[in-house]
Amino acid sequence: METAKATDKPKRETASLIQGLVFGILFGFLLQKGGATKYDVIIEQLLLEDFTVLKIMLSAVLTGMIGIYAMKEMGWVKLYPKSGSAGKNIIGGLIFGAGFALLGYCPGTIAGAVGNGYLDAAAGGLAGILIGSGIFAELYPGLRRGILAKGDFGDLTLPKLLKVNDWAVIVPVAALIFILLLSIERAGF
Amino acid sequence: MEYLTAVRWSPYAVGIGIGILSWLSFLISRKPIACSTTFAKTSGMIEKLFRGKKVDLKPYYQKEKLAVDWQWMLVVGIIIGSYISARLSGDFNRQWVPSVWASAFGGGPALRIAAALAGGILLGFGARWADGCTSGHGISGTMQLAVSSWISGICFFIGGIISAHIIFKIFG
Repeated sequence: METAKATDKPKRETASLIQGLVFGILFGFLLQKGGATKYDVIIEQLLLEDFTVLKIMLSAVLTGMIGIYAMKEMGWVKLYPKSGSAGKNIIGGLIFGAGFALLGYCPGTIAGAVGNGYLDAAAGGLAGILIGSGIFAELYPGLRRGILAKGDFGDLTLPKLLKVNDWAVIVPVAALIFILLLSIERAGF
Repeated sequence: MEYLTAVRWSPYAVGIGIGILSWLSFLISRKPIACSTTFAKTSGMIEKLFRGKKVDLKPYYQKEKLAVDWQWMLVVGIIIGSYISARLSGDFNRQWVPSVWASAFGGGPALRIAAALAGGILLGFGARWADGCTSGHGISGTMQLAVSSWISGICFFIGGIISAHIIFKIFG
């Protein structure tokens, strides 16, 4: 199937699989240490009683954003923004949210929950996610040119949308996240 | 070594750790951390076991090829990493019903499994519809300042907060 000149392709693919596994082990370790593999922690976030999940996510976004844009500036990495549309991201996001509340795990944390020993995740949740994904794949041909294409805006980023320098967005977003985290702490959560 | 056996780390330490992990995944693997596509691929692979090669021809699996890839191994890694962390701290436990669920709906496993199954169906379907999940959009996409990810991430939480309140304050 591969062309003759791509002889080192299998080696590269194996390296990529090993890298994925190592990143996953570290990610799973961190999620478990943060409590994000637990139904109770996730549900209490959605009930606005415990802000652990938001604290983890916002500090990850703050750290990641600064580092990745700095590396982009140096020409070390490129970005992979997903293209989107109103029909895709708003409706899909709300459906996801309803599932998130009923299941109490998300696709990443459910893997962590399985590793943590939680059997509701392993017995019910995993099967559900596989079924839901399969239903979508079945309906995809009908959806892709209809609702999913409504209000398409492509792989836009906030700096491109606002037509400004990257850092003119990064600095205010970083400040906003910082203030938000500070207010959560001040409010006693 | 005390860190490794602690049950919990500060959420900020964990978040910063995930942020740094993202730098490395961009730099080394040239990929953002994400999870949910793996479930779509696995679903297709299972379907392929029963229905054969024609499953590959479905338009969605033309877009997302049915093969074990970097992200698939990442999800396997999450299970292992969480297991190691939980074992080191003694936090591993086989549990059918989480305590917050039990306090509202009782300790019976059947109802909890049914809810997890139904929630999983919505979550898997919604993740494909939005083209990402809490990690791909919520963490990796927002840190790249992708418009699609900020909209998705905010909608995940709007949908989640409203639904959780309906589930626990009205039915609970």
